[in-house]
Amino acid sequence: MSTVIVIAIYLGLLLALALFSKTLFRGTSKDYFVASHSIGPFMLLMSVFGTTMTAFALVGSTGKAFERGIGTYGLMASSSGLIHAACFLLIGIKIWAIGKRYGYVTQIQYFRARFETKAFGYLLFPILVLLVIPYLLIGIIGAGKTIAGVTGAKITPKGTIPGVFPEWTDNGAIPPWFTGLVISAVVLTYIFAGGSRAAAWANTFQTLVFMVMGILAFYLISDRLGGLGAAIEQAKESHKVRTLSSGGEVGTSQLTFLSYMFIPLSVGMFPHLFQHWLTAKSAKSFKLTVVAHPICIAIVWVPCVLIGVWATGIFPSGIPSGAILAKTVGVLVKDPIIVGLVTAGILAAIMSSLDSQFLCLGTMFTNDIVLHNSKKEYTDKQILSMARGFIIAIVIVTYIAALLLYERSVFDLAIWCFSGFAALTPLILAALYWKRATKVGAYSCVIAVFISWITFFTMSGFGGEYFVFGGIVPAAIMWFIGAGAMIIGSLMSRPPSEKTLAKFF
Amino acid sequence: MNKKGIIFIVFLILLVLHQDFWNWDNANLVFGFMPVGLFYHACYSLIAALFWGIVMKVAWPTELEEWAEADDSREGG
Repeated sequence: MSTVIVIAIYLGLLLALALFSKTLFRGTSKDYFVASHSIGPFMLLMSVFGTTMTAFALVGSTGKAFERGIGTYGLMASSSGLIHAACFLLIGIKIWAIGKRYGYVTQIQYFRARFETKAFGYLLFPILVLLVIPYLLIGIIGAGKTIAGVTGAKITPKGTIPGVFPEWTDNGAIPPWFTGLVISAVVLTYIFAGGSRAAAWANTFQTLVFMVMGILAFYLISDRLGGLGAAIEQAKESHKVRTLSSGGEVGTSQLTFLSYMFIPLSVGMFPHLFQHWLTAKSAKSFKLTVVAHPICIAIVWVPCVLIGVWATGIFPSGIPSGAILAKTVGVLVKDPIIVGLVTAGILAAIMSSLDSQFLCLGTMFTNDIVLHNSKKEYTDKQILSMARGFIIAIVIVTYIAALLLYERSVFDLAIWCFSGFAALTPLILAALYWKRATKVGAYSCVIAVFISWITFFTMSGFGGEYFVFGGIVPAAIMWFIGAGAMIIGSLMSRPPSEKTLAKFF
Repeated sequence: MNKKGIIFIVFLILLVLHQDFWNWDNANLVFGFMPVGLFYHACYSLIAALFWGIVMKVAWPTELEEWAEADDSREGG
């Protein structure tokens, strides 16, 4: 029961902080969508980092290291440190400047103006929404499974410890429908009230929580294993190197390691990150984000990867990777309050992405579909009501979909979402840096990426890790297909008008 | 060679360094608890932060701030 109380206190604190930020809300749609461009360096770092790091940062990194060994860090974390920062510097700051100058709040508004085509939005909008929705499902389903894991009955050598609510479910666990409802309601409450300003405040708190809880878990687990040296000594040797094991189950091939560098490019096209960039007070606000982002990644990922490697000496292989962190804490630390704190950390990582994604979808529906097509002039109050209405609808649809798909392995879709966004980055890079990029090139790029994504996704059996040509991730090939289509399409069509070039270059 | 060219070449060198071909099967421990491959990449994260810090020091787009600021040019929702 103590575990549940700790989690409830965390959710209460989060709600209180986010609702406090409501007192800072200026009541305008600009404040709701982009916080009136007023977020300073520290909050920008925390909200961008918190949004980028989904539940995968704590749960996935530990599980992946348990499966694949220390190569997980180089594969996903250190490459992200370099590439994410590059995207923030080369794409984020420029997007902030363009968004601030012309009042854009979504990617599609910019692309429509840059490529001189209103119809482009109708091609890109459904693709962006389809790539974001699995993220939302992963968040809500992940929260449900995490809470069910820590509140359910546990079989120990001394007998069975009953679950928290034995009269509620068979094993006493809090049911996923209730967890999903609470998580969705908490996020909806503060997003509804304060928009992106509330999200920035909540993200700052959540990011600090999951960073501290990751370190706390690391310290306590290593302590229970007899210290850092003893902890690594009892781990499997195969997991301490990156070499691919004879069966290929552990380690990483060099081709995979190389081609994985394309995956972190996805941050350049995340619509929810785009919106966070626009909240910055000034271009200088980005400086801390660019420099500290690789360091924050190291602070979270190094302990989690080590916990995953240590776990190879504790558990037999074959345990679901998503359960490793909770299981290690549960078996070694046992203290229900600590279990509650670590669970709060996992929920913080989930919710710090969930809120931004709900908000960005509401913003896109309002601005890219309704306002774009409307001949009527809406008041600011009407725009706010519309955005809030869309966000409520998105939360309800996501919640119902998460319940329906709870037993399906939507986690396997995560890598495909990343791959899709990564493959679309030639679009934003060309729009920002290549004067010769045209609408024909933009259409070609998006269509080519979409067709190649569908092809690879089908070849993979609809989800999960999939490699081609002996270890290359499909994202790398899709990126080159997208870039090639952008270049060929642009060179075969008329350049943009002088007016457009003068506006953006 | 101009500043941007040098930055680009250093960035490419960092991409190559990320592959870390020389530690691939080294299971030695640094400080008695951290496998070499993990230690290398943890240091790499710090080097990436240092690199971007230097880039912003020498090639910060100051003109962008001014450009970002006329009111009648606004057209978003």
